Amino acid sequence: MNIEVPLKKRAPKDYASNQEVRWCPGCGDYAILKAVMRTLAERGADPDKTVFVSGIGCAARFPYYVSTYGFHGIHGRAAPIATGVKLANPDLDVWVISGDGDALSIGGNHLLHVLRRNVNLQFLLFNNEIYGLTKGQYSPTSRFGTRSPSSPAGSLDAPLSPLRVALGSGARFVARAVDTQQSHLPGVLARARAHVGTSFVEILQNCVVYNDGVYSPYTDRDVAPDMQLHVEHGKPLVFGRERDKGLRLDPASLSLETVRVGEGGADEADLLVHDETNATLAGLLAMLETPVALGVLYCVPAPSYEHLVTDQVETIEGGKGAAGRAELNALLRARNTWTVEP
Amino acid sequence: MEGSAALKRGKTPRREIETAVVRFAGDSGDGMQLTGGRFTLATALAGNGLATFPDFPAEIRAPAGTTFGVSAFQINFGSRPIKTAGDVVDVLFAMNPAALKVNLADVAPGGLLIVDTGAFGARNLRKAGYEDNPLEDGSLGGYRVVGLDFSQRTLEAVADMDVTKKEGQRCKNMWALGLAYWMFDRDRNGTIDWLRQKFASQPEIAAANVAALNAGHAFGETAEMSADLGAFTIAPASLAPGLYRNVTGTEAMAWGLIAGTELAELQLVFCSYPITPASGVLHHLAARKDFGVVTFQAEDEIAAICAAIGASYAGSLGVTSSSGPGIALKTEALGLAVATELPLVVVNSQRAGPSTGMPTKTEQSDLYQAVYGRNADSPLIVLAACSPSDCFDCAIKAVRLAIRYMTPVMLLSDGYIANASEPWALPDVESFQPFPARFRTDAADFHPYARDPKTLARPWAVPGTPGLEHRIGGLERDAESGNISYDPANHQRMTDLRARKIAGVANDIPLQETAPGSDDHGIAVVGWGSTYGPISRAVANLRAEGLPVAHIHLRHIWPLPRNLGELLGRYDRVLVPEMNTGQLVNVLRAEYLIPAEGLNKVTGTPFRIAEIEAAVRARMERKAI
Repeated sequence: MNIEVPLKKRAPKDYASNQEVRWCPGCGDYAILKAVMRTLAERGADPDKTVFVSGIGCAARFPYYVSTYGFHGIHGRAAPIATGVKLANPDLDVWVISGDGDALSIGGNHLLHVLRRNVNLQFLLFNNEIYGLTKGQYSPTSRFGTRSPSSPAGSLDAPLSPLRVALGSGARFVARAVDTQQSHLPGVLARARAHVGTSFVEILQNCVVYNDGVYSPYTDRDVAPDMQLHVEHGKPLVFGRERDKGLRLDPASLSLETVRVGEGGADEADLLVHDETNATLAGLLAMLETPVALGVLYCVPAPSYEHLVTDQVETIEGGKGAAGRAELNALLRARNTWTVEP
Repeated sequence: MEGSAALKRGKTPRREIETAVVRFAGDSGDGMQLTGGRFTLATALAGNGLATFPDFPAEIRAPAGTTFGVSAFQINFGSRPIKTAGDVVDVLFAMNPAALKVNLADVAPGGLLIVDTGAFGARNLRKAGYEDNPLEDGSLGGYRVVGLDFSQRTLEAVADMDVTKKEGQRCKNMWALGLAYWMFDRDRNGTIDWLRQKFASQPEIAAANVAALNAGHAFGETAEMSADLGAFTIAPASLAPGLYRNVTGTEAMAWGLIAGTELAELQLVFCSYPITPASGVLHHLAARKDFGVVTFQAEDEIAAICAAIGASYAGSLGVTSSSGPGIALKTEALGLAVATELPLVVVNSQRAGPSTGMPTKTEQSDLYQAVYGRNADSPLIVLAACSPSDCFDCAIKAVRLAIRYMTPVMLLSDGYIANASEPWALPDVESFQPFPARFRTDAADFHPYARDPKTLARPWAVPGTPGLEHRIGGLERDAESGNISYDPANHQRMTDLRARKIAGVANDIPLQETAPGSDDHGIAVVGWGSTYGPISRAVANLRAEGLPVAHIHLRHIWPLPRNLGELLGRYDRVLVPEMNTGQLVNVLRAEYLIPAEGLNKVTGTPFRIAEIEAAVRARMERKAI
């Protein structure tokens, strides 16, 4: 539904900066970096028109490793910095790189506002459910009871759901992907990049040091097919090793229920078909834990914030361009002046 | 009131006076700011010098009749240039008992109280905390009291109009204004035109207001009360020739930012979060999209400065504006702008603190915050505007320095400057020398942190420029490449460079001058910001008596002008009046090892001329002993 124009041919490695990558060996961030560079290459992104903006955290080092423009900001504030960049130059392709602490804790306020304004940028949330750079404290997405240096007896905070926060904030592109799924993640990123408005992508990212295996119940090879639902617009919501499970709306509880297809189970016609323009369905999919929904859950483009800002300025300028110093002189003298004679 | 000379003009014999201080005081719903504003405009158009002081509560509509809901507007005007809103009030218009109670202490002995007796009922007296009616108990013996039933007379004036009693009563501020216009011989046609325009969609309301205004004026003309009230005339002030308008600090600041970015040939991206008393700058700029101004009302103070930084990074000029508590929130991001070396202008309209303090009351207590208030060694440029119209020049200066040195510039204003107004000799913006910003475009030998040998500024290389792709951020960076560096020698070098760059600005700003007519010995009175008016007048008065006094007023707070130490060294004593507990005075003591003395006041109101005169005299006497 978004128009994509492939441009110049560049290889993924052309988007690597000359800086040595310093994430822990085995960190999920490597896989995400690889997928992003592949996406940039496949989309023919101009490095000089591409800007990565980040806050603080392990994920926030990302801009240093890409050969485009990059701005490593302060904790939680990537979204407003990126908003300023887009207000100054709407033509730039801006990516915000953030983590669960950066985006949902210290920067939570900015996340909901960038989403409701619909600034045209990609917001990638690397969610590993832990604070990595400060050595392993529980985060706003850590599960209840998480034991960590700051919660030795278990955390007592209920975790929040990034996708539900995003939908509640008015996000118009909401997706989820897994760091190591290189066959899936670049496709989601390409959709995010093509979408006009804020594209929110939660990437389930494994922290090998402080929260290793937190997503294993979903991502381990033996359980993945039964625990992951890859959604595609216009296709029925089917999953399972044998593609024999599907989702149906339970009209009594207004919730999704998993059903077996055939063999005395449900008819395939009973299954829900994914409609990424349906906000209600997106909300239900975002809530789903077994299986976890992956792919583009919601996509309804609308004019971007910076486009509206620029339009408003140009409308008021009335096609004459910005007023200049002569007009400023006139403004100062517009009324209620008097002359003191020599 | 100063002056003499009787003069007959029209029906009324008028006394010519040199200056007068009038204060309109009433409930915050009584329209006192509006009344004062119209009186100011009529006075400006009459060619008088003037200075105003709006003083209002933070509550939008405090309970009617209470002392904490009192709103006042003071104007000092005269036939000479006026420097302050006036030490003491000559004429107080009190619309109710609370207004009288709150403002009486500021009225000159023997001053004139014009009181709306219609509002002095038992209920209002009780709400104001009066046990007895002050108009009757003899407690106002030291003043001239003229009690008039404004409310009743206003209702009589609008009796034929198609308005309700409540609507009619709301016109009583116009009745008072009409009376004031008669007393001081002001033209009321401008106000009449304005009322008709303001209430264009409610012609009956417009007519009632005009009727009340005319009735107040006619009352003065016909009531034969000139002996009680006084009828005056004030000649136009001997201001320098030129075209003038009246301007508030808020207006001048907004227009100065537009002028500065025009001269720099940059787009202005103004990012702000509402806060008293700074919001007015956002309002004025939001209305100026015809100048290509982009305004962004952010979700909070931090987002506002971060968006401004992002805009500057991408090649516009990011500007943010707030007051002390909001600036505190911006502090971490200010450090980011220092570290990334991006241009940024931060306007601080200071208010009384700490914490929320007194939002609508003025203070100068954020100087330390501006100069020192960040983690680590993070120097930036600090400027301070000294009057409403000076905000225009200072804003242009701030823009120029920010882009020339690739640095944040903090521009200090305060609640008094923001809301006060004064006549302004209009500059010809077209004659100003442009200072276009230069973006780096040459990819050959590009290093993000290589420096201009003269200014030590790094290149401004904006995203979208082919071949200049680079990364910046808050982590310490290599002095050339900008890549992350934890190298000990590099951090020392970068810290030194950041300090030297800002220190070097002292070579790019004017030498500090003393005010014209200052002595070169005796006592130097050193000020900054909005103390300009009272210091200026106090020093002139003292010098007229033959006392050796100088006035030195700083616009450049950091770095300080390079000759300042030598200049201060010429004086026997240095006195620093400030609306804080002593901040600039300590900076001067630290920088120059001089025994500068503070004169400090934090009452939420500007210095009085007499307070400064007294402080200087006390030091003169001490010296004589």
